Amino acid sequence: MRPVLLIDFGSTYTKVTAVDTDSECLLGTAASFTTVQTDINDGLNNALALLEEKTGKLDFAARYACSSAAGGLKMIASGLVPELTAEAAKQAALGAGAKIAKIYSYDLTEDDVEEIDALKPDIFLLVGGTDGGNTATILNNARMLSACKRDFPVVIAGNRSAARQCQRYLEGRETFVCENVMPRFGQLNIEPAQSQIRALFLRRIIQAKGLSRASELISGIMMPTPSAMMRAMQLLAEGTGEEPGIGDLLALDVGGATTDVYSIADGMPQDASTVYKGLPEPYVKRTVEGDIGMRYSIHGIVDAAGIDRVAALAGLTPERAQAMVDHLSVHTDEVPQSEEWERLDYALASMACETAARRHAGSTEEAYTMAGKVFVQTGKDLRPVRQIIVTGGSLIHTRRTGEIASHALFNPAEPMSLRPLKARVLVDRSYILAAMGLLAEYEPQVALHIMKKELIPDGYSE
Amino acid sequence: MEKKKLVIGVIGADVHAVGIQILYHAFTDAGFDVTNLGVMVSQEEYIAAAIETKADAIVISSLYGQGELDCRGMREKCDEAGLKGILLYCGGNIVIGKQEFSEVEKRFKAMGFDRAFPPGTAPETTIAALKEDLGIKD
Repeated sequence: MRPVLLIDFGSTYTKVTAVDTDSECLLGTAASFTTVQTDINDGLNNALALLEEKTGKLDFAARYACSSAAGGLKMIASGLVPELTAEAAKQAALGAGAKIAKIYSYDLTEDDVEEIDALKPDIFLLVGGTDGGNTATILNNARMLSACKRDFPVVIAGNRSAARQCQRYLEGRETFVCENVMPRFGQLNIEPAQSQIRALFLRRIIQAKGLSRASELISGIMMPTPSAMMRAMQLLAEGTGEEPGIGDLLALDVGGATTDVYSIADGMPQDASTVYKGLPEPYVKRTVEGDIGMRYSIHGIVDAAGIDRVAALAGLTPERAQAMVDHLSVHTDEVPQSEEWERLDYALASMACETAARRHAGSTEEAYTMAGKVFVQTGKDLRPVRQIIVTGGSLIHTRRTGEIASHALFNPAEPMSLRPLKARVLVDRSYILAAMGLLAEYEPQVALHIMKKELIPDGYSE
Repeated sequence: MEKKKLVIGVIGADVHAVGIQILYHAFTDAGFDVTNLGVMVSQEEYIAAAIETKADAIVISSLYGQGELDCRGMREKCDEAGLKGILLYCGGNIVIGKQEFSEVEKRFKAMGFDRAFPPGTAPETTIAALKEDLGIKD
């Protein structure tokens, strides 16, 4: 036996997962409450004690950690045109696992600078212009940023012709020059900026209170939890050199405050009668719905779906449903204790899946031209995707997982939303996906095997 | 000298995909840095691309006869977006029916286009015009 410990330092819980890399199986998981204020090692030690109660004493060969502690990584970005470089900046930040506080386009103003200071970003991503293209805006924005009072590092990933001048404007502040997120028109190049953002995130987490001491116990580098999740999903879809993965997939993580959606699929038009518009989207795409969550963002679900729809799905009167929603928005740690509350959570989770999947997936429009009917597609076409992976408390701790997840599928009533036509639903019952993404950095083969074993099919939906 | 930058595409609900590819290759071979937006391009898309790439000219193609309608307000939008003075061309089957082209050209110039080209214009003609207007010496 060769036990490996995988740790996820969350903002409210420290989760530990133990695996045996020899037999490629899961040994156990445990979680302990933590806060940003208390020493992060307390949470880790408590979680470890809980784990070893179940598994017995383990002599770990390695300990790896990921973290979203201290509220995650808060980023602000500025680009030029909203649909172009500002969108590329957003994709880069989301793909690096960041939380986006704000995206600016065109010239930053003095008001914006005040707002940036007030928002307290951890990192600023400065982009704009294709290589050899517009320099005026990124230069203006660098100059404006230099007036910010708050100290934060700036990742410069815009028009390469302006990079050095931006650095000079930002002298005295930490700056990092990366390749342009959009070197040519319509061409997305977000990986270089992403790896720089991840490196800065690690440094910040390690410096965060208590984590520096925790890191002495940890053999492996850390990564942001959303990056670990992305890594796991990509490995599961693609497999390793030796073993194939399960193919293109859509993954939904419905949390208390946000809903994260991942897709691993090309998503480009499938036939000649479809014209693609807008920036091509990354093959590994992540979106975060900050207003869609089961407790802290419960009102966002109701705003998006309407209380009537939530009530109908839950089999409640709208008045009763609204009263229950209001109650949960205050009592965020409550889990359903009766059949009625279970029905409400079922309805809320279903609407969270539907809303988040709709926002993540691309859309199509019919247009009539002299050459006949054509389709204009924006974003990813996920209709051919045949697998949906689900995680998050509300989907794990229910018997109706498949039913809830089916709301993420294509709906004939809204044919313009390009969601999977039918899919096998796989549920992360043991809540191990982030841990597997972390393990994938060191032992991808083992991580792939464990995921294939632990992800349980829950229905096949059309 | 730095290459001059063009943004090209077929405007409106027009799906003529072949001609724009030919233009892309012709303009690229002639030494321009070309951003090809393909077919069914809206005015806003030309403008967004021209801003990001700091384009020197926008060359609009239209093959289905609705070009005049599609191009209306383009110059004003460019001005509004900060692309004051950018070179604007339009060419193809830009109007319906057999109209005297000098009249059509007059209307396009009144709309703020620098040049308009009649059906059957060879790429070389447009290239020569671009070189002249952008001050490129062979």
